[in-house]
Amino acid sequence: MNASQSLPLLVVASSFVPGLLIFGLAEERHALRSALNIAGAVIKLVIIAVMFGGVAAREHYEYRHTVLPGLDLVLRADALAMLFVTLSAALWLLTTVYAIGYLEGGANRSRFFGFFSLCVTATVGIAMAGNLFTFFLFYEMLTLSTYPLVVHRGTDKALRAGTFYLGYTLAGGAILLVGVVWLYDLLGQVEFVHRGAASSLGPQYTTQLRVIFLLLIIGLGVKAALVPLHGWLPRAMVAPAPVSALLHAVAVVKAGAFGIVRVVYDVFGVEFAQSLRLLVPLAVAACVTILWGSLRALAQDDLKRRLAFSTVSQVSYIVLGVALFGPVGTIGGLAHLVHQGIMKVTMFFCAGNYAETLGVHRVSEMNGIGRRMPLTTAAFSVAAFGMIGLPFTAGYVSKHYLSDGAQLAGQPWAAWVLMASSLLNAAYFLPILYRAWAKVHHPPWPAPAIAARGWRETSVLLLLPPLASGVAVILAAVLADTAWSPLAWAKLIAMREYAAPLR
Amino acid sequence: MPEPEAWLILLPLGWASAAFLLGPARGAWLAAAGLALGLVLAAHVAAHAEAGRVHAVGGWAAPLGIALAVDGLAALMLLLTHTVALPLALYARAYFARHPDGAAWFWPLTGYLVAALDALFLSADLFNLYVTLELLGLAAVGLVASSGSAQGLSAALRYLLVTLLGSSAYLLGVALFYGVYGNVTLPLLALQVAAPVPLAIRLALALMLVGLLLKTALFPFSFWLPPAHGGAPAPVSALLSALVIKATFYLVLRLWMNFGNLLAPAAVAQLLGLLGGAAVLWGSVQALRQARLKMLIAYSTVAQVGYLFLLFPLAARASPATALLAWQGVLMQAVAHGLAKAAMFGAAGAIASAAGHDTIARLGGVAAHLPLNLWAFGLAGVSLMGLPPSAGFLAKWLLLDAAADSGRWAWAALLVGGGLLAAAYVFKVLRHAFIGAQEPGTSFAPVSPMLQWPPFLLAAASLVLGLNAGFVLMLAGAP
Repeated sequence: MNASQSLPLLVVASSFVPGLLIFGLAEERHALRSALNIAGAVIKLVIIAVMFGGVAAREHYEYRHTVLPGLDLVLRADALAMLFVTLSAALWLLTTVYAIGYLEGGANRSRFFGFFSLCVTATVGIAMAGNLFTFFLFYEMLTLSTYPLVVHRGTDKALRAGTFYLGYTLAGGAILLVGVVWLYDLLGQVEFVHRGAASSLGPQYTTQLRVIFLLLIIGLGVKAALVPLHGWLPRAMVAPAPVSALLHAVAVVKAGAFGIVRVVYDVFGVEFAQSLRLLVPLAVAACVTILWGSLRALAQDDLKRRLAFSTVSQVSYIVLGVALFGPVGTIGGLAHLVHQGIMKVTMFFCAGNYAETLGVHRVSEMNGIGRRMPLTTAAFSVAAFGMIGLPFTAGYVSKHYLSDGAQLAGQPWAAWVLMASSLLNAAYFLPILYRAWAKVHHPPWPAPAIAARGWRETSVLLLLPPLASGVAVILAAVLADTAWSPLAWAKLIAMREYAAPLR
Repeated sequence: MPEPEAWLILLPLGWASAAFLLGPARGAWLAAAGLALGLVLAAHVAAHAEAGRVHAVGGWAAPLGIALAVDGLAALMLLLTHTVALPLALYARAYFARHPDGAAWFWPLTGYLVAALDALFLSADLFNLYVTLELLGLAAVGLVASSGSAQGLSAALRYLLVTLLGSSAYLLGVALFYGVYGNVTLPLLALQVAAPVPLAIRLALALMLVGLLLKTALFPFSFWLPPAHGGAPAPVSALLSALVIKATFYLVLRLWMNFGNLLAPAAVAQLLGLLGGAAVLWGSVQALRQARLKMLIAYSTVAQVGYLFLLFPLAARASPATALLAWQGVLMQAVAHGLAKAAMFGAAGAIASAAGHDTIARLGGVAAHLPLNLWAFGLAGVSLMGLPPSAGFLAKWLLLDAAADSGRWAWAALLVGGGLLAAAYVFKVLRHAFIGAQEPGTSFAPVSPMLQWPPFLLAAASLVLGLNAGFVLMLAGAP
């Protein structure tokens, strides 16, 4: 096996093997467990960095293993895969650092970090899946490996949330499977290729293909939290903060959104999907989700619940970008895949910091918290500005491209939806910032647990990750025009997707 | 070794008898050694299996002597039997060290059971098949009764009546065949039976089919299975659920392969499928309602047997491609369920042995004390729910493909819905055992590694098979 075959496999193994080892570790082997975690995360990033350069130079990385005749497991690093795999690997490193700090002294840490590693294994598998079968395999593995994380605290509320989570995701997976098998039956192996394989089917298959598209989108829409399939997400916020970060920014909802991107571009092909008149309904579903999530977020007092509804709304920006026919919308959607990740991970880190440091869980308890925890609140503010789409933040870049894409696609109503969503975002984020910075705190805090020491308003391991991702929110915008920004990479993908020669 | 097929039958008979004479302590080692050799022989047979290969024992050809036929299907079942039986023997040795009741009977009866299974898979003669069926049934009943508890005896008695009734019906069918054609060798009969089929032969096939369904515990004939499988000692439950019901299903397959196209009207195929579908739904719902772990697993077997019978509606009057997919899917399901269910019963036995009970709601703390057993249960559960990567998933994939290929969407819905129900009962256990806190005042006795590793390895095998199963399809061949 040469390097171009083994690298994709190594990306998966770099979290899978540490995960297995961690399961075998005794509870008190704190240092070794952390070392395995960090080593796995760093090795994964290094391998990805190597492949990144290769993919930009159109190098071909592919691992292929035959499971049954006509059924291959394929891991392939194309440009789109690299976008998602880089995001998840980078945020995994941050989240691991954060989780080590967060779970300090907690129970069942071997179990937690074991499944944590499996979860990331599944995510990078989804990112690099080269065909629908492989995608489905890792998609279901993600469901199974996140369930123990959602119920980690073992409370009744957590168990109920876990049951909801499983109910939604397994049912979604079942529907997805029917669509996948049906497509395999029509096409043989459904590899992800530019312009999609489905376009090779004649017009007599139009109805079947529309039904299959619906099945696939429903199956993926559960994880992407498309309204009305989003019910599990706000409930799942009872999970520990690093898990929420993982669910909302790195793994689960992203896997759903990413799957929709793959289905539209590399299974159906965006032109063919447009010719089947599938994209406008998808755009409508995305718009409904964007507005509904924002409206619900307005009314939530629980901070994590407000963030959860905000995720429902924001993830559909990606779907909207995909559904707007044209390269500019695509660029916006793909860039938002990364941008939403770094913004939302920052917010969940910050929410976790408030809860762990001071016991603050509700927006109404946040008066004056900016004075007590200025660094955390600064990171939170940057991310919130990004969500609203203010200039010099990542969110501005993606919203800009999405609005332009809507105009160019001849669907100005979608741009209006984005505008309305920005206003709603402002309506539910700005009051938080106002409370945090401008209002005066009346002691005591609900449950102070970590004392401030100098600039360290909370423990260092909890503080560094949100600061790092907060800086990234700004850098993604300021450096958007450089060659290595998420935006530049999204442009590269859109170029390859729309300009690929007809097969 | 010359004549590996014959040795596959003689060897277990030999160590069974020796175990009877030497007692359980030395018998256990003999059994393990014999089963290890058996696995090698089965692998050898599988490597050389081909359709139409017939071995005349002692050089005496068919109507006079006993002919052993080894095609891919037989080789596949032999391989499954020995892959499951060897780890279970090692497990059983540790299990009976803690529960000495019935240990003396376990090894000889298991030897006869394995000999009967091997002989059944290798026979190509309706009457020899009857003999193996009877031996298999009696050995299985003996194993269920071996614990000597009142509950075990009543389950065994019911099982005995069912198995005798089933084999009598089968024997009646064989007699009718002999009366009409003067011959009971399958390959010869397949040539002789031609349209118009005499009424006696229709009746014979109906009798044989009903007898076999009774013994395979297809709903509604499944009433005897949960008490027998759920009440027996854990290694026995594992053998029965993983292998014994597959043997009678294998006979149904043989009948269908030889006479199916000519005899079975589409209505029979649909009926078998409907019963299978009802089994999936009823068994899963019952499993979900059980308070005891072993009963839950036993009802799960009722459900999983149902999938096997989806072969008939999917393959009947379908294109060869669809029929092939259904065939492959069902055999994959038989293998997947064999591995997963053996692992599950093994894990449940170890958990019950350590906790002193198997009430699901009181399993909190298992994760900390018996992590390997819980993993075995969970991984086997993944295969039962048909989630990837697992052999159970490949089975579901192939069957779904068959349903999609022929546009029979009701069966696709059943496959998908059955998987969700399986998830419900598997996670019911995991929720308590994995997350739940240990009840105050309870304790877990330490458990030997031999009660932990064999189930785990079996479960892991059902997962790894899900990544590399080409050889299963190669052996399965075509219907």
